[in-house]
Amino acid sequence: MATLQGTAKSIFLSEFVSAFFLGMRYFFKPKATINYPFEKNPISPRFRGEHALRRYPNGEERCIACKLCEAICPAQAITIEAGPRRNDGTRRTTRYDIDMVKCIYCGLCQEACPVDAIVEGPNFEFATETREELYYTKDKLLANGDRWEREIAANIAADAPYR
Amino acid sequence: MQDFWSNYAAPAIIIALQSVLMLVILLVAIAYVLLADRKIWAAVQMRRGPNVVGAFGLLQSFADLAKFALKEPVIPAGADRVVFLLAPFITTVLALAAWSVMPVAPGWVIADINVGILFVLAISSLGVYGVIMGGWASNSKYPFLGALRSSAQMISYEVSIGLVLITVLLCVGSLNLQDIVASQETGLATMLGIPWLSILNWYWLPLLPMFVIFFISALAETNRPPFDLPEAESELVAGFMVEYGSTPYMMFMLGEYVSIALMCALTTILFLGGWLPPIAVVPFTWVPGVIWFVLKCFGVFFMFAMVKAIVPRYRYDQLMRLGWKVFLPASLAAVVVVAVVLKLTGWRG
Repeated sequence: MATLQGTAKSIFLSEFVSAFFLGMRYFFKPKATINYPFEKNPISPRFRGEHALRRYPNGEERCIACKLCEAICPAQAITIEAGPRRNDGTRRTTRYDIDMVKCIYCGLCQEACPVDAIVEGPNFEFATETREELYYTKDKLLANGDRWEREIAANIAADAPYR
Repeated sequence: MQDFWSNYAAPAIIIALQSVLMLVILLVAIAYVLLADRKIWAAVQMRRGPNVVGAFGLLQSFADLAKFALKEPVIPAGADRVVFLLAPFITTVLALAAWSVMPVAPGWVIADINVGILFVLAISSLGVYGVIMGGWASNSKYPFLGALRSSAQMISYEVSIGLVLITVLLCVGSLNLQDIVASQETGLATMLGIPWLSILNWYWLPLLPMFVIFFISALAETNRPPFDLPEAESELVAGFMVEYGSTPYMMFMLGEYVSIALMCALTTILFLGGWLPPIAVVPFTWVPGVIWFVLKCFGVFFMFAMVKAIVPRYRYDQLMRLGWKVFLPASLAAVVVVAVVLKLTGWRG
């Protein structure tokens, strides 16, 4: 009896017919995908995207060349060279490079930073056409900081109560 | 000279112009069939499908065409260059050639030959050569396996397609594709005394099992999912097309979609009454036959696309079992049954 039922089922393509109606039900459902380049998903304030070096409101670089980020970086993507001590007793970097190809976006550099200088911003759309462009120099990172400062500051403020 | 002009040159020019017109319309239609395929597939999976190039992605196929045409064709070092480049052209040209006998409306056909259905069968059987040559000339293991599978599959399902065609031809009594459609003007509905309901006249209803077998065999014949074993991406990467890129790859894809459209048209002509309106009352009979033909073809194609979206791929042994142990005996029995019924009742022929 069971085999008879199975044969009848396969002869009348009952599974195909029910799959067709299921397919048609999904056909008219609202789309699950967002229309990406034109609309984007909201992201968390803790989102770890493209790096940026921040400045103080007076335009002074925050980074004091302590090299904690370089030390903690598990992918060893950060290279820093420090300049001589200045008159106010602090140092600044002469070179601050991040190899974005090596970087694993773990966020340990921004955790290690004592002055909130290196941060990972909300930007994740920084694809390039060549590898060389992904070797970020200090100028590029500072430019990123200037460009994304408002979003980064807002994200840090939004996340502050939880840390 | 006058003789030569009126007997050969003028008809040749007319046929050439007709062919060019058919080719242009067909290729533009194929571009949108491709888009429709992707859109339907996407919709069932709750995706959007291509929607960026042009309004609603209407120009996507043309963008793809430009992309393929502008890419560098790579020919593997071990490949047989001539055969390698010939294979996609054979696939495309043969698929296009079969359209020359397709009647899209009464009298709207380039070559109205009396053995039209045999011509279609012969041409679509030759299509397997493109696949075999492509797979063989690539000189690489995946294309070779894909080509072997593909040839076995296409030959197996051609047998049942041929037998299904015989049942239809028994009912019609002619091999001419126009006659096949014309014979569907009368049928079950006229017998039942409701001639206006001409949808019942068509062969899909009296030959329903054959219609289903033909549809499934057409899927297998055109290497569509769930029978896309030759290019099963999970095991063979892309089957016989692995080594192809750029324009040759586009030719393969084009040939594939042209033969899909051909199978849709053939289903329409054989079982869905070609250009005949589904209900023979006034507003429907005013619509030109070619519109009905295109609408029916698209309806069949919609089913092709839905099958792709909802049916998982067959295993190779399941495919062969279905072809040789289910469809072949079933269609063979149907030929006998149809012949006996027609002989005893004397309905036709």
